[in-house]
Amino acid sequence: MTGSLSRDVILTILVSAILIWIMPLMIATYTLTVLVIYGMLGLSLGLIWGFGGILCFGQAAFFGLGAYTYAIAAINIGESTVPMILAVLVPAVFAALLGAMMFYGRLTDVYLGVITLVVTLILFKFMNSTAGPQYVIGKARMGGFNGIPGFQTLNVPGDPSAFIWGDAYFYVCAVALAIVFVLVSALLRSSFGRVAVGIRENETRIALMGYDVRARKTALFAVGAAIAGLAGALFANWGEIVTPNLFSLSQSAEIIIWCIVGGLGTRLGPILGAAGLAYLKFLLGQQSMIDNTLIMGLILVLFVLFLPRGIVPALASLWRISFGRRPLGRIHQVRRTRNRERLNG
Amino acid sequence: MDLSFVILVEMLYAVASLILIGAGLAVVFGMMKVINLAHGEFMMMGGYATITAVNLGVNVFVAMLVIAPLIVGLIGLVVERLVIRHLYGRLVDTMLATWGLSLFFIGMTTMIFGNTTTGISTPIPGFAVGGYQINGYNFFIIVVSVLLLIGILAVLKTTRAGLVARGAMQRADMAASLGYSPDRIYMATFFCGSALSGLAGAVLAPLVGLVPTSGGAYIAKAFITVIAGGPSLVAGLLSSAGFFGIVSQVFTFAISPVIGEVALLVAAVILLRLLPQGITGRFLKGRL
Amino acid sequence: MTLNRRKFLGATAAMTGAAMLPRAVLAADTIKLGSIVDTSGIFDAYGKPMDMALRLAVNEINGAGGLLGRKIEVMAYDTQSDMALYSQYAQQLTRQDKVDVVHGGILSASREAIRQTMRKTGTLYFYNVQYEGGVCDRNIFCNGLTPAQQAEVLVPWAMKEAGGKKVYTLAADYNYGQITARWIEKYVRDAGGEVLSTDFFPLDVADFGATIAKIQTAAPDLVIAPLVGGAHLSFFRQWAASGMKDKIPLASTTLGVGNEHKVLTPEEGNGIMVAYSYSQDLDTPANTAFKERWSAAYGDPSALHELAISTYYGVHTWAKGVEMAGSVERDAVVAALETGVSFDGPAGKYTVDPKTHHATVDVHLMKFKDQKMDVVETLSQRPPIDTQTVCDLEANPDDNTQYEIQI
Repeated sequence: MTGSLSRDVILTILVSAILIWIMPLMIATYTLTVLVIYGMLGLSLGLIWGFGGILCFGQAAFFGLGAYTYAIAAINIGESTVPMILAVLVPAVFAALLGAMMFYGRLTDVYLGVITLVVTLILFKFMNSTAGPQYVIGKARMGGFNGIPGFQTLNVPGDPSAFIWGDAYFYVCAVALAIVFVLVSALLRSSFGRVAVGIRENETRIALMGYDVRARKTALFAVGAAIAGLAGALFANWGEIVTPNLFSLSQSAEIIIWCIVGGLGTRLGPILGAAGLAYLKFLLGQQSMIDNTLIMGLILVLFVLFLPRGIVPALASLWRISFGRRPLGRIHQVRRTRNRERLNG
Repeated sequence: MDLSFVILVEMLYAVASLILIGAGLAVVFGMMKVINLAHGEFMMMGGYATITAVNLGVNVFVAMLVIAPLIVGLIGLVVERLVIRHLYGRLVDTMLATWGLSLFFIGMTTMIFGNTTTGISTPIPGFAVGGYQINGYNFFIIVVSVLLLIGILAVLKTTRAGLVARGAMQRADMAASLGYSPDRIYMATFFCGSALSGLAGAVLAPLVGLVPTSGGAYIAKAFITVIAGGPSLVAGLLSSAGFFGIVSQVFTFAISPVIGEVALLVAAVILLRLLPQGITGRFLKGRL
Repeated sequence: MTLNRRKFLGATAAMTGAAMLPRAVLAADTIKLGSIVDTSGIFDAYGKPMDMALRLAVNEINGAGGLLGRKIEVMAYDTQSDMALYSQYAQQLTRQDKVDVVHGGILSASREAIRQTMRKTGTLYFYNVQYEGGVCDRNIFCNGLTPAQQAEVLVPWAMKEAGGKKVYTLAADYNYGQITARWIEKYVRDAGGEVLSTDFFPLDVADFGATIAKIQTAAPDLVIAPLVGGAHLSFFRQWAASGMKDKIPLASTTLGVGNEHKVLTPEEGNGIMVAYSYSQDLDTPANTAFKERWSAAYGDPSALHELAISTYYGVHTWAKGVEMAGSVERDAVVAALETGVSFDGPAGKYTVDPKTHHATVDVHLMKFKDQKMDVVETLSQRPPIDTQTVCDLEANPDDNTQYEIQI
């Protein structure tokens, strides 16, 4: 977290421009698009978990909500601009309400996990049982287990017949991710972001300083949900179908795995974790030697045991040890983590 | 009259199955403050162990009550030594590691047994109550869960091991200073917890079609029951299983099984909002 | 295998004087057949035999000299029971691999996820699974059974066997179950009966105790249960365990598709009535010969099921169309198939219905007996009457909808 925001922005633009140029030469854009979308989803949890300390077992709920909101709104409205906005707002509002309920009830840790898990389950079960003709929102049939196919996909704002798809859609998603990344960076550099990190480190201390911890956690939670909702809407556009599987526990689990593998407390880690593991899964689908679930499970266990901080922080510290100067702040931070671990046993 | 008896039995059965599902998780959580998210897969493996044993010609009750708990307990022991041991005191990390384990076990079982549904039939015939037929196996489950609760209580209250375990539960450091190795105690506890999960999976196996992903259906319920129960082991399990079992069955009979399940989940959210430390965090404090 | 075939092909091509051509051009000389099913994950019990059947059919065609003198090359992807991967691999098959035809999809959602991609890219698509009916699209051929094909014959027969008019329906709560339940209701009424109640269950419900008590309160003469998947199998277990099985007869349009009759014990399964176009236990020379070929290729044929057979038919029907058209070009093949091509195989004759692109098939009424399906009666060449009421591709070749059939 050294350097100024403007340097950050310039760096982001440079790196993402190079990546957007190079990556399509190696991987088909269609696959790349979904990796970018998953990256954004990973970032959404990475933000609230890695920087806010809120472990949400149901990030998939916001992802699915965004996708469903988009699909339903797109069928009813017949163009894509308003649905995109709704797909960000609805999950954010939902998360704000849910977060307010949890944080003002002073739920922490495991209990937070249970509630988010249960809410995801409720949504999953509800969406699964909407196959009957009585479940209609406007012109959109909810479709139950089969989901909603055949909605209007992304178009140029103002011109519903000019669809954005194929390669163009990849560029839209990639630029969206870059923008979200810059916004997240800005948020983390603002006083709001610094206080959020403070809350993660020691909630009581921040509360005693006079900050309203509950309101801040709720707001951060809503921001995370908004990003997840945007990822959901982009995903809906990419797959051209939304199904209740978006809400499933395994989807939530995958997001958590991405963050762990990529590295918590970094912005880049969850994105790389998400894209890397999703691509791994795609590659594994072309072989049938070993069951893929087994590999994913093994990866998670090994990471928790041997690399609990994830790839990006590990690489970063390796880099620093080998080449870099050691900034003072970093040593303090390492010492602090070590102390905390000692305290917690 | 007959119908109300049937409903009563179904409610008792719902409560009993929640107790069974939650027991293994509760023992591990209550003693070690470790949440084992592979609990559902331990149950699933208990089911597979039973079916395999029965297919090899073992008596079905022996398979359910002896073989399955033993095998799953041993698997649990290996897991504890290899993984959990390194993560004590790191609640979130254990949850993640056991989540990984659950995926691993699903993959493993799929590779061994395939994804086809398997199962055995219930060993106890149904019988008639007035104009209704009742599944006789429901009574077996009710009896097993009652015996299980009594058993846990008896072990904790009357035996030396139970005393040590209770001591370690309250103050692990004190138990250690008195010469009881927490490492050993935790190992034994995890073995017992896994064995209980195996038992639950085995006993419930004849009622369902078993697939490697069956565990997923149990874990959420078990997790909710145990967390909502709160810190005390038996009282917490009994009270939350009773509460959720009755709520879900009332809605199941009144409307449909889906609404029953949703009612259970909604009740859990409300309960945790009102009692963030679980039922026994507020009432019945200090009981077992 | 594939490598050998490619080498062999290369050698043949070289002999015909094309030795100077680069390999990419040689590869274009094979006909590419894309396959996209779940061969791992929760649906692999359906997907694996489908994949095997597809390869068996392709090997048969290649063994007999190929198609139009060219070999067929299979490009298969495992979607791991993950809907997102369907979209991904469909793009891969159509845009990168540029296959000539795609066979695949299991759940209706997976079909809808890839159908539009196939249409947009002009890739002919075969969907070989029993489903809820109503898809009307000139680019797709569906040769699985649809609800009316089963319910039309199963319901009156089961009611006659049960000797009563009161029916209780338990259906899986998704499109297939909802639509099937409506067809069941129609045919129960047509047979002069009444449906006491229809209950829907999401696919993960595994506890049917309360439902069984409810059914007993309603006291029907027959229970029809189009329930789907592992969790729903519990119903048949719990039904038998409560001792109801010998009191009220059961019928189903889905039980047995994934060979569930081999999982249920004889005591649990015996007497359940079903209607399918195929069962392993069909005692016909064609089926015996087919099972021998299957055994020779893969060993034990016990995993075979109707979906695998439909896939086998799908490949052969497509091959007939290609031969008739003399090209793999989509429009020519579609036009050829629309002449009403039929293929005779282990399950009897499947004929393409030109109006709907669905299949006219033989339906067998069967009862479970000792973990086998015992054929009671065979009804030949039942057309897809449900889809026919809404879909007419001859009049409307540009149609592209999945209709919800109103009854």
